Amino acid sequence: MTNDAGAPQTGADAAGGAATPSADAVSCTGLAYAFGETRAVDGLDLSVAKGEVFGLLGPNGAGKTTAIRCITTLLPVPAGMVRVFGHDAAKERMAVRRLLGYVPQQLSADAGLTGRENVALFARVFDVSRRERGERVAQALAAVDLTDAADRLAGTYSGGMIRRLELAQALVSAPRLLILDEPTIGLDPIARTGVWEHINAVRDATGMTVLVTTHYMDEADQYCDRVGLMHRGRIRALGTPAELRQGLAERRGTETLPTLEDVFRDVAGSGLDDTSGDFRDVRSTRRTAHRVG
Amino acid sequence: MSEAPAAPPTASADRADGIDLLLRPPEPRAGWRLLPARVAAMCTVELQKLRHDRTELYTRAVQPALWLLIFGQTFTRIKAIPTGGIPYVDYLAPGIIAQSAMFIAIFYGIQIIWERDAGILNKLLVTPTPRSALITGKAFAAGVKSLIQAVVVIVIAALLGVALTWNPLKLLGVAAIVVLASAFFSCLSMTIAGVVLSRDRLMGIGQAITMPLFFGSNALYPVSVMPGWLQAISTFNPLSYQVDALRGLLLGTQAHVALDLAVLLVSAALGITAASSLLGRLAR
Repeated sequence: MTNDAGAPQTGADAAGGAATPSADAVSCTGLAYAFGETRAVDGLDLSVAKGEVFGLLGPNGAGKTTAIRCITTLLPVPAGMVRVFGHDAAKERMAVRRLLGYVPQQLSADAGLTGRENVALFARVFDVSRRERGERVAQALAAVDLTDAADRLAGTYSGGMIRRLELAQALVSAPRLLILDEPTIGLDPIARTGVWEHINAVRDATGMTVLVTTHYMDEADQYCDRVGLMHRGRIRALGTPAELRQGLAERRGTETLPTLEDVFRDVAGSGLDDTSGDFRDVRSTRRTAHRVG
Repeated sequence: MSEAPAAPPTASADRADGIDLLLRPPEPRAGWRLLPARVAAMCTVELQKLRHDRTELYTRAVQPALWLLIFGQTFTRIKAIPTGGIPYVDYLAPGIIAQSAMFIAIFYGIQIIWERDAGILNKLLVTPTPRSALITGKAFAAGVKSLIQAVVVIVIAALLGVALTWNPLKLLGVAAIVVLASAFFSCLSMTIAGVVLSRDRLMGIGQAITMPLFFGSNALYPVSVMPGWLQAISTFNPLSYQVDALRGLLLGTQAHVALDLAVLLVSAALGITAASSLLGRLAR
């Protein structure tokens, strides 16, 4: 079974009525969301093509997580339009959710359950039949190399293993769109590489679309097909990492290719100010980093 | 701005080996089958957690045991409370079963706040689970946990010589009453969680309402000995209906089991509605 892009079809086309066959995986038009007076997302226009790994980059408070929450239906869409594979995220929430695998920023595996039980819970809530539940859970665990640790309590896992377990939880429902919010935050370089290798292996094998937010420009440069640099609620630059770096080199008239971080500094200017991330954002980030050691 | 790259390479047969099920979405459940499936999933998780760590079960058994052993035995001797001719410890036992179940359920909101902080709640909210189904699942999971606690208290009461019924149908009724009441109290807690949004505040409010609910019910003494104003409050206290039903079923005393069941059903439904409507606040 393949989709129009030639990749295997991994999601629920039948999940929620007629979606446009050629629709982007994600399409945001004029998305805006405010917390009181603070405009977290301020007219976001974004398209993520089917099958790509798209990185949404930006500092704390740039609006990445709020945008992700609108796309995942966790937050309403008060202004603008969000579509996931053609389904309206404001009106067809259940259809959108059936297409998603979501890994939040926090370490969200339940420490009181084994790895297998953690994945089985998500198989159950995505309606995997009892007949194939065991095998599907086993395949998801094997896909992230956790078969041997499957029957240990998740509380005994390392940070990298928990991230892989969360990946297995997301994969068990065969999502078409995998959304990862800061998947490598707080991990050591080896664990970070391990997580990305598993994300890429799964993407290659299934053809699913991956939308990832990260602070780490080097990761985005290395692993994302395209990136959007977000600042103050909007995309300020969009393209492949190479295009963005080349563009800056041309604007500066230098031969040395700048890094993606240089591009980001160029886009954000001196705007990395006191509004970058509220107390809860920073606390959440630090907690996650602390938990993964 | 760039064009999106071409789609990724088609999965080769060897890549797809061993992950064939991960390429096929599950058949969605729809209609009435969705709710029981979610409730079963949440209850299973609760039982799995209890299987891995029974510490809470043991530590929570201490307080009801002390109530029955000290308060029950002492007041049996004093004979100060009209019990309708049965020993006070017998009269007390259903009240303590209800109390211990309520104590578990009333702090369930703390668990949902913890799940929010850990990202578990958001992840569950991004599954095809309506909020009402998620809350119903959590409520019945609290019921299952309370039921296990109730079994422990019933065993303690039996060991202390309380003349309980062992009629399976009546015990089934007891189970239904405990689960329904716990569903209500857990929803009350999750509703408060949706309002106050923090563990510390919820702890304070939980402690502030637990004792009035307990002492403002017929768990320790009949409603008839209460002052008028407290009798009026007791009329609106679901714990009183739970205790009345448990007494009728376990001890065979005069009770209004049908009315008690109806009140608890309506309370649980209202609780689920209120908690579901506030769940979105926890997700923000």
